[in-house]
Amino acid sequence: MPLFGRDVVLIDAVRSPFGRARPDGLYAHTRADDIAVAVVRDLLRRNEDLPPGRIGDVALAATSQVGDLGLTLGRSVGVLAGLPRSVPGFAIDRMCAGAMTAVTTLASGIAVGAIDAAVAGGVEHMGHHPLGASAEPNPRFIAERLVSGDALVMGATAENLHDRYPRLTKERADSFGVASQARYAAALAAGQITPDLVPIGIFDPEQGWGLATADEPPRPGTTIEGMAGLPTPFRAGGRVTAATSSPLTDGATAALLVAGDVADELGLKPKMRLVSYAFAGVEPEVMGVGPVPATKRALELADLSIEDVSLFEINEAFAVQVLAFLDAFGIADDDPRVNAYGGAIAVGHPLAASGVRLMLQLARQFAEQPEVRYGLTTMCVGLGQGGSVIWENPHHVDHAKENHR
Amino acid sequence: MSERVTRAVVRDVPLEDLGTLALITLDNGEDFTRPNTLGAGGMESLRAALDTVAARAERREIVGVGVTGKPFHFAAGADLHAAVGITTPEQARAIAEAGHDTYRLLTELGVPSFAYVGGVALGGGLELALSCTYRTVASSVRNLGLPEVFLGLIPGWGGTYLLPHLIGVEQALGVIVANAMRNNRQLEASEAAELGVVDVVLEPADFLAESLRWTARVLRGEVTPNRPEPLDAQTWRATVETARSAVDARLHGAAPAAYRALDLIALAADGDKDASFAAENDALTELILSPEFKAGVYAFDLTSRRAKKPVGAPPADQARPVRLVGVVGAGLMASQLALLFARRMRVPVIMRDLDDARAQKGLSFVHAEVERLAKQNRIGADEANRLRALVTVTTELSDFADCDLVIEAVFEKLEVKKSVFAELETVLGAETVLATNTSALSVTEMAADLAHPERVVGLHFFNPVSQMPLVEVVRAQKTDDAAYATAFAVARACGKSAIAVADAPGFVVNRLLVRLFGEVLGSLEDGTPVSVADAALRPLGLPMGPFQLLQLVGPAVAMHVLDTLREELGERYPSSPGMARMVEGNVPFVTFEGRPSAASPVDISIGQYFGSRADGQGQTADELLVRVRDALAEEVRMMLAEKVVGEAADIDLGMILGAGWPFHLGGITPYLTRTGAL
Repeated sequence: MPLFGRDVVLIDAVRSPFGRARPDGLYAHTRADDIAVAVVRDLLRRNEDLPPGRIGDVALAATSQVGDLGLTLGRSVGVLAGLPRSVPGFAIDRMCAGAMTAVTTLASGIAVGAIDAAVAGGVEHMGHHPLGASAEPNPRFIAERLVSGDALVMGATAENLHDRYPRLTKERADSFGVASQARYAAALAAGQITPDLVPIGIFDPEQGWGLATADEPPRPGTTIEGMAGLPTPFRAGGRVTAATSSPLTDGATAALLVAGDVADELGLKPKMRLVSYAFAGVEPEVMGVGPVPATKRALELADLSIEDVSLFEINEAFAVQVLAFLDAFGIADDDPRVNAYGGAIAVGHPLAASGVRLMLQLARQFAEQPEVRYGLTTMCVGLGQGGSVIWENPHHVDHAKENHR
Repeated sequence: MSERVTRAVVRDVPLEDLGTLALITLDNGEDFTRPNTLGAGGMESLRAALDTVAARAERREIVGVGVTGKPFHFAAGADLHAAVGITTPEQARAIAEAGHDTYRLLTELGVPSFAYVGGVALGGGLELALSCTYRTVASSVRNLGLPEVFLGLIPGWGGTYLLPHLIGVEQALGVIVANAMRNNRQLEASEAAELGVVDVVLEPADFLAESLRWTARVLRGEVTPNRPEPLDAQTWRATVETARSAVDARLHGAAPAAYRALDLIALAADGDKDASFAAENDALTELILSPEFKAGVYAFDLTSRRAKKPVGAPPADQARPVRLVGVVGAGLMASQLALLFARRMRVPVIMRDLDDARAQKGLSFVHAEVERLAKQNRIGADEANRLRALVTVTTELSDFADCDLVIEAVFEKLEVKKSVFAELETVLGAETVLATNTSALSVTEMAADLAHPERVVGLHFFNPVSQMPLVEVVRAQKTDDAAYATAFAVARACGKSAIAVADAPGFVVNRLLVRLFGEVLGSLEDGTPVSVADAALRPLGLPMGPFQLLQLVGPAVAMHVLDTLREELGERYPSSPGMARMVEGNVPFVTFEGRPSAASPVDISIGQYFGSRADGQGQTADELLVRVRDALAEEVRMMLAEKVVGEAADIDLGMILGAGWPFHLGGITPYLTRTGAL
């Protein structure tokens, strides 16, 4: 067994429609915790066979844990969502991998038998709380040259990746950006996006009440030609543009995890089984390569090789960082197994919420493709980290059998 | 006051796979402390929005229309201040018709309409919801109702027709008439759903999104809200007549609004919407111009605004903190005060009486009351424990040493109270506020011989302390700002409304009430028959007649106050040999079993005790009414001349909150003015 203890399965995951983090964005006048509350409530509404009192813990991640993202999110959202008072909760932060860490942390709790079920997710309101706005980086970082000034600017780390791997050209990145938009548009048209969205009531002082039902960031019809001449905001003469970066985004996600035996007991249908996970550190200046060592470690723990993985959901903080991962594992830029529904460049990246979006998209592909046995969700993390989770498809004929490689 | 316009903005929302719903949001652009209201500008904005969506409905561009409010508010009804400024029938009719013409667009849309009531929905706001085909409500909403009759109007934007047809005539009578007359009782979401006023209660956390989901289910035919079978017209009208006798027993025709509402609800039995709406227009036109409505809005402003910011109180920041309260005495009033301080101010309270037995009796009362509150689920077990721990008793004067406020509630005798204060000064710091709960004695005299008379105030709570909302805060001659501000802070912390009064006999409420008693008893002594005196004041529509009130106060207590006021104010507070004999013989004014109430009938045979000054037949009912009005007007004039209060508004506020005098009188001075007495 790759992991000790009980099997952990993902029963369901949902998310809010993602909004542009702008003064006129979908959620400009909506509290971040209210978005998370709506998402958690709908997650439980969709899974009525789980008595809410069985939930052993709620972990919600946010990068900026202040203001409407403050006050111990997992607990405050639990109370606001009307969970039984007996259900505890906490807040969690691993910057972009917050929700992923919420999942792995609570999965560990389930695996060791401390809890039977958990809600894990994340929420970010980059409109209300731009990344790092309330942070006070320790001056030692720079004074002692612990990191370069670049390390704290995500776009600059993306430029650094182009420097480190000259074969990762702007042309490749632009093509990848176009493909992300096209794949998202196709998935949306095919009905692969909307079923996992929770409609959110949004109030706007000018327009009154509305209902968020669709993602706002995507730019369908993006072309290579259209990208020409876009500024490179992170470096003069640079390669990273808005078209090859994830947009600033507001949104929330949540997943329901239970022990395999509890799923059987309650008749809950797993969408994915957690096989292994790993987080790894890299140089902060090239944080985008984080997924490479994290994935290697997760594969090793699972006793699997990259060839065993048939579906990849990798967070597109920047196109170049995905390409660095693909090159490291010898995967083609346009491999259809990678981000089949498009990625964060199109749909947006509400930092600490994104990990669960990767999972819910993987879960849908698992259901569509029972011939697939293993899939990977992975993402890079600011200040030089990567996180990876390997999942098994319960629809696969060999599901839960011993892995014979 | 210019209108704070509630804008109606329309935004399209996708309704699953069904199409588009046009969602109208009402928003006055203010925060949650300022409810949406519908004045002329607001109504115009709503009408424009509805015109747009009606046209789109006709073109089949939308599958439904939703109406909702800003967060925490749907709409609190018409703009009262605009309505009260109206002077011509044309203007009044325009208000009535604007509502009907606008709401009618909703009832005649080509598509179903839905009200999503996420907050306060009162009066014309609730009628807007009633004009929709379906209604959802958030479970957190506590203010649903039709307060029009309470204010002197009728629900005239469709309410008297739509509500009985929606929920049944008996239930509608309850909401429109009975609740209004029960001091404007409002409905919580769950009650409204039980009555059928709303179709479904949804949790507030994702209220709008869930309301839209419910809407989709209704449109798909998956949900069909229950609607009662309509009664036949004859039973309907009979039900209204039953309600009419209840209204009559209370009002005796004193104010028109409830009667007009009954007429309209009876008319609704015909099922002729146009005729009903036209009759609503007529009734509103008349009532908007009525003095009772103007008095009602005046009274509403007094109780909702002036009561919260007492005129004559020093700046609140001059108040001293009160962290420990002492109560002198452990009798009934003292024990009630101790419980009030503990429960509302949440500070420790020490009650002192002369011996253990009396002290323990007071404590037992507090514990019994705490027990009762806990049994009624009005407080939890923790709160009960907290209250029991907060109230302690003692016989030691020195236990008061650390108190920030000590209030006396001992026997109503000046010498007794003076000695209590003198004794207290020997153990208290110089800044401890000394308060008296006297209802008629001079606070200035009580303080006269003290080393620190500037710390003495009057805090006149009314009985029963937990229920009566008023405190008269009395400034004696030497009271300083800090002590006076502290007294107001204490009243506020106790959850009471306060009026600032000067140190004059009987202050405001008792002075007028007892004057009224004096006139009625005097009239009996003049030979007026009891039955005539009993009926004479009915045109005022007071919550109870003078004899019932005398009985509830207690004839002995009433006589004691009457005697005290006569000593201070003179013979216009006359002695009544008849009442003296009744007190002596322990004879009640009314017949009752158990406890007297507002409905206990007067015992006509008490006439035998009166007639000491009879040199004729006494007065007719009309003459006695005029006599009482003139007496009250005289007393009001004297109180204003003596500066007992700064303005007549405080007399009115006092009578509304301290004696329960009705809104349609505006307390009392608007009524005295319009009848020419003042």
